[in-house]
Formats: sequence, C-alpha cells, structure tokens
Amino acid sequence: MATIRIPTPLRPYTNSQAEVTVSGATVGAVLGDLTQQYPTLKQHLYNDKGELRAFVNIFLNEEDIRHIRGADTPVQAQDRLMIVPSIAGGR
Amino acid sequence: MLTIPNEVLKQIQAHGERAYPNEGVGLLLGTISGSDRAATGILELTNSWPAEEQFHRYQVDGQAMLKAELEAARRGLDILGFFHSHPDHPAEASATDRDWATWPGYSYVITTIAQGRATVTRSWQLREDRSAFDEEALSLTK
Repeated sequence: MATIRIPTPLRPYTNSQAEVTVSGATVGAVLGDLTQQYPTLKQHLYNDKGELRAFVNIFLNEEDIRHIRGADTPVQAQDRLMIVPSIAGGR
Repeated sequence: MLTIPNEVLKQIQAHGERAYPNEGVGLLLGTISGSDRAATGILELTNSWPAEEQFHRYQVDGQAMLKAELEAARRGLDILGFFHSHPDHPAEASATDRDWATWPGYSYVITTIAQGRATVTRSWQLREDRSAFDEEALSLTK
C-alpha cells in the first residue's frame, strides 16, 4: 500500500493523521481511496466539476504527476505521495 | 489563536520591507496543539510573478512549495500558514487573496509596508465555505 502525506490544514479531516495508507494502481485510484476513507476531504481537493482544485499539486516520489501521466500515473506499493498547495494572492 | 514571538514578527516585517515596493511572501512554521498555533520561525520564499507584476501580487508554485514542505518536515515543524506583504495597502485579506486562497486552516499573515516601512501586521483565516476571510487573534510573545 502506498502512503500519502496530508498537509497540515487538511489533517482535521483525516483524524489528525499526517500520513494515510492508501490502495490503488493509479494516482486517480489512490486519491479515490483517500476520499472514500475520509469523505469530508473531497471538497477541499476537488472543485464542483470534480476536477482537482487549481492550487492542488500531487507529487509522486517528489515528482509532479502533471509531468508524468496525471491521474493515470501508475502507483507502486512502496510509493510516497504528497498533497502540496501552490499559493498566490495580492493586494 | 496564533502566537508569534516578537523576533519572528520582526523577521516577517523585515522581509516585507526588503521586498518593497513589491510583495514578499514566505511560510510560517511552528507547532499546533488543539486550537493553539505557535509560530517558531519563517521560511522565506520567492515571488515567482515577473518583476513588473510583483508590486501587486505574489505566487509560489508547487515545486517550490514541495521543497518548503520537505524542509518543514525535516525540521519537525508544521506549516501554520503564509505571510505576505501589501505595499502601501491595508493589512487586510483582499478579494484576490480570497479568490486564490488554498485551504481553511492556514493562517494568512499580512503586513502593510507603507513607504518602505512595516506598519501593521494582521492574521486572517479562510472560512470553511471559502466565502471570506475572518481575522484571527494574534498574540505577540517575547
């Protein structure tokens, strides 16, 4: 089973766990398993259209999945994933 | 409540003064225990907008944030939120800040830099429904 690291503000939705063990053969399946385990997490990762929110980045072993195969990127049992936000704002 | 040692506040404000007339940005590191959020330090980040855009906005891409997340984890600290400066504008979360906000639960610490000098620092948190920011109590410690 792969491991996914949860950023600080989302830990209230994962029973305070910083890391969650997830199953699935692809990044999409793994994220599906994560939001099935913790349904209230879904609204913070996906927009109303069911797409990952624009500021949400998923890294597989520290590589951006957009530079691999996106949600279809294969996941192995020993892999580590991270959910990382891009930040932006202005006056 | 967010607690920031005076020394850390000085670092945040000095960073904003150095960035002036542009917007500066960084991460607030520390620990979380229940509703107590205690900052212990900062991690300065680079505003990645082109130079001519930096006077009114900031951004940090996912790759830079990944490095920051890994550094925070290496230090055994949580990312409490972000700080940025508003050159010659109020230390209030703007419509732009709301539109581009990430998740509720982060502190958004904003400092007014007026004519190159830090004057006011306030902290904000995004509402659960993402509709607005509310001010967060900020306590300074020695």
